[in-house]
Amino acid sequence: MSEQLATRPPRHFLRRIGSQDPIVVASLALLLGFVVGALIIITTTPAVLDAWRGLFHSWGAPGHAIKVSFDNVGAAYRTMFTGSIIDPQSFWHSLTTGKGWDTTLTPISETLTYATPLVIVSIGVGIAFQTGIFNIGANGQAVLGGIMGTAAGSMVHMPTVLHIPFTLAAGLAGGVISGAVPGVLKALTGAHEVIVTIMFNYVLYAFLLFAVLSTALQQPGQQNDISRTLDPSAQLAPLFGVGSGLRVSYGVFVAIAVVLFAWWLLDRSSLGFEFRVTGANPQAARASGMNARVIVIVVFLISGGLAGLAGVVQVASTTHYIDGEFLIGNAGIGFTAITVALLGRNRPMGIVWSSLLFAALGVGGRAMQATTGIPLDLATVIQSAVVLFVATPVLVKEIFRLRGAPSQTIELATKGWST
Amino acid sequence: MRLELRGITKRFGSFTANDSISITVEPGQIHCLLGENGAGKSTLMNVLFGLLHPEEGEVLIDGEVTKFADSGEAVRRGIGMVHQHFMLVPVFSVAENVVLGFEPTKSFDRVDYKRATEEIRRISKEFSLEVDPDAIVENLPIGLQQRVEILKALSHDAELLILDEPTAVLTPQEIDALMSIMRSLAASGKSILFISHKLKEVKAISDVITVIRQGKVVGTAEPTASEKELASLMVGREVILTVEKTPSTPGANVLEIRDLVVHDDRGLIAVNGVSLDVRAGEILALAGVQGNGQTELVEAITGLRRVESGTVTLKGRDVTNVTPRQALDAGIGHIPEDRQRFGLVLSMSLADNLVLNTPKRAPFAKHGTRNLRAIDQNARDRVEDFDIRATSIREPVSSLSGGNQQKVIVARELSRTLQVLIASQPTRGLDVGSIEYVHHQIVQQRNEGNGSLIVSSELDEVMALGDRIAVMFAGKISGIVDPSVSRQAIGLLMAGETNLEHV
Repeated sequence: MSEQLATRPPRHFLRRIGSQDPIVVASLALLLGFVVGALIIITTTPAVLDAWRGLFHSWGAPGHAIKVSFDNVGAAYRTMFTGSIIDPQSFWHSLTTGKGWDTTLTPISETLTYATPLVIVSIGVGIAFQTGIFNIGANGQAVLGGIMGTAAGSMVHMPTVLHIPFTLAAGLAGGVISGAVPGVLKALTGAHEVIVTIMFNYVLYAFLLFAVLSTALQQPGQQNDISRTLDPSAQLAPLFGVGSGLRVSYGVFVAIAVVLFAWWLLDRSSLGFEFRVTGANPQAARASGMNARVIVIVVFLISGGLAGLAGVVQVASTTHYIDGEFLIGNAGIGFTAITVALLGRNRPMGIVWSSLLFAALGVGGRAMQATTGIPLDLATVIQSAVVLFVATPVLVKEIFRLRGAPSQTIELATKGWST
Repeated sequence: MRLELRGITKRFGSFTANDSISITVEPGQIHCLLGENGAGKSTLMNVLFGLLHPEEGEVLIDGEVTKFADSGEAVRRGIGMVHQHFMLVPVFSVAENVVLGFEPTKSFDRVDYKRATEEIRRISKEFSLEVDPDAIVENLPIGLQQRVEILKALSHDAELLILDEPTAVLTPQEIDALMSIMRSLAASGKSILFISHKLKEVKAISDVITVIRQGKVVGTAEPTASEKELASLMVGREVILTVEKTPSTPGANVLEIRDLVVHDDRGLIAVNGVSLDVRAGEILALAGVQGNGQTELVEAITGLRRVESGTVTLKGRDVTNVTPRQALDAGIGHIPEDRQRFGLVLSMSLADNLVLNTPKRAPFAKHGTRNLRAIDQNARDRVEDFDIRATSIREPVSSLSGGNQQKVIVARELSRTLQVLIASQPTRGLDVGSIEYVHHQIVQQRNEGNGSLIVSSELDEVMALGDRIAVMFAGKISGIVDPSVSRQAIGLLMAGETNLEHV
């Protein structure tokens, strides 16, 4: 009997831990991220600190301090969850009365709204990473996509059937054009894409200001840096109708199409095979007859195109216009995309999950700030901690004492900037 | 120094690289560790040098149990190591390299170059190791670079020197020079642990030979033992040191190389007017010490390096300066020298690696979409035909042994339609079984009428495989001879001697 038990294979989850499954590591990294967030809440929230200060004032104080800590952390994470995914109370209410579905679905709708362009741009960044290319210019490429998409959607008028594809195509084209510059420069002159794309971001930001202040694109009658509004025929309408108040739009289908395209490209196409070979071993790629220059250019066209598409989807589904601050500042999705792609291991489905996580943390963080007063920055801390733990699988395995901890072949999500 | 290793065991996961190895090196002794690649010699030396920590066993120096936390401690205890790949900074001078990490300093922590230089002069004189302390290392020939490594070890008052495959990169003449240095060091009381898999050298220099196979000591031998005895100890069975092949029946020229000039990475001339003919149904073996332009020659033929002048013609068609893709399509098969860098993508599966240079060709892809079924079928067929040992065709090639990795490349190249096969160091680092297999495959495709250019720095391989032997020295062909000539004659050609009349 005991003999039989000993030889029986371990249960599924345990086996996956033993095999250092990346999904397991990512889940544990997420858990650790929340632990770090909890420690920060405990050490920074005044109410909690007060409770700990009174630790020696009475016999009940230690228990009280622990209780206050748990209450605060619990409240923060609860509002984060109810604010980004679903509020069980509201859900039960809707289920029993059939009313209030709008309120119930708002959190998840918001998360999907934020995730939609993020998925698209992150997949573009991920494809470049898989080829060994750092596209740090995704934000600028998304900006140009947004500009051209806004122009196509507001300055040209046609029926919806044509206008939406035309607007999306214009955004895509904007991304392709801005991706072509670093691609061609790298292929022909060897200029390093990191430098070129970072610098080109600023060129595109300046162009954004120029565009929204130009007579062609500026909102008529305005002196400020605000563009015209997209024709209704060019907007990606809310999935459940304008009246529902839910912002999640038909842009979701664009994102799904991009995921399918990326899956085909990376997993099934011979072009994607060349991308992956180039990314994994450029010398073997060359010796196997692959043309590195062509590959660099094509990758940049695709990566930039997807960034541009993300930019136009953002405009067409939410704001319907752009201003001089469009995607600029630390909220730029093109920069978030870098971490999202790394967290998703540069694979389409992985990126979908990590985009949803980042969107949920952002949306939930705002709800948390509004309800509990804990700053939104905590969400950023959790995001960063998760990425940090994912980037250091050895650390995670060490913390959880996973078998085979010091892996000999740690898979790097990306390589260094040189070579 | 008297060094004793007792029952050293080192495991990597489930793999036991060293299995309770015990060795004793007496003062003034040249002790040779003989074994095939992968037998565990380098692992043992890394244990001894403090780079790896053994699971079991102990190291004794002069009878005292010693533990090294790192290599710095090993150095302080008088152990010096000359690595197979030199650990020198190419743009630094000899003096700078020797004192690196232990620089003598003046006030304000400034490096005292004068004292460093004097110190090196003193050591050079003491052990008659002539090197100019001010020379820049990258300008020195390999043999002298190695001398710098030895100097470096001696400057740390090493009493025991570990030489890891020191002759792999040297010409026969440089090897002689190294051996006389080793003898004089031993005579002055230094102990030497010499690691090699080359029987002749081992016999020539050692006082004691310890043979290692698959991580275990399988025996000790006197240097008087015959090569055949040593070889069978080393590989564990009788070894055929020759390749069985019928005389060649060469046909017309397949590959014609005329006055080829190729530069190396630094823009210096590496191939200096080489002309060669490779005929159908013939193996032309290209011998030579590594670094005499063979690598650049092969890269030029396969489209990986630009030809400065001269021509390459394949069956009458000009293929000078074609792209790698065109070279592949023209029927030039290539087994690259550095298989892991140029031949494989280690993180990818066996199946993917078998179509690495034909991903777009039917039946592996149609309209840009890969046909996974055809790719898998191809992988199963190749695994079967070429006896590749793998648990699955989806397994990443990084988990295959070196021999099986090479079989993947051989299988990929030989299953395409070829006109000529270019193979560089096709058996480097492989076990004897795989070597026999690869040799057999090369002879097989010759018999089918392909031309073959086999580049190797192993004299045994060149003599066993070649129907004709060309020798390359300093970017030129120093001679083309029949495989029946003596090893000494080829050795002289490898050293640049072109007048063989006095041999």
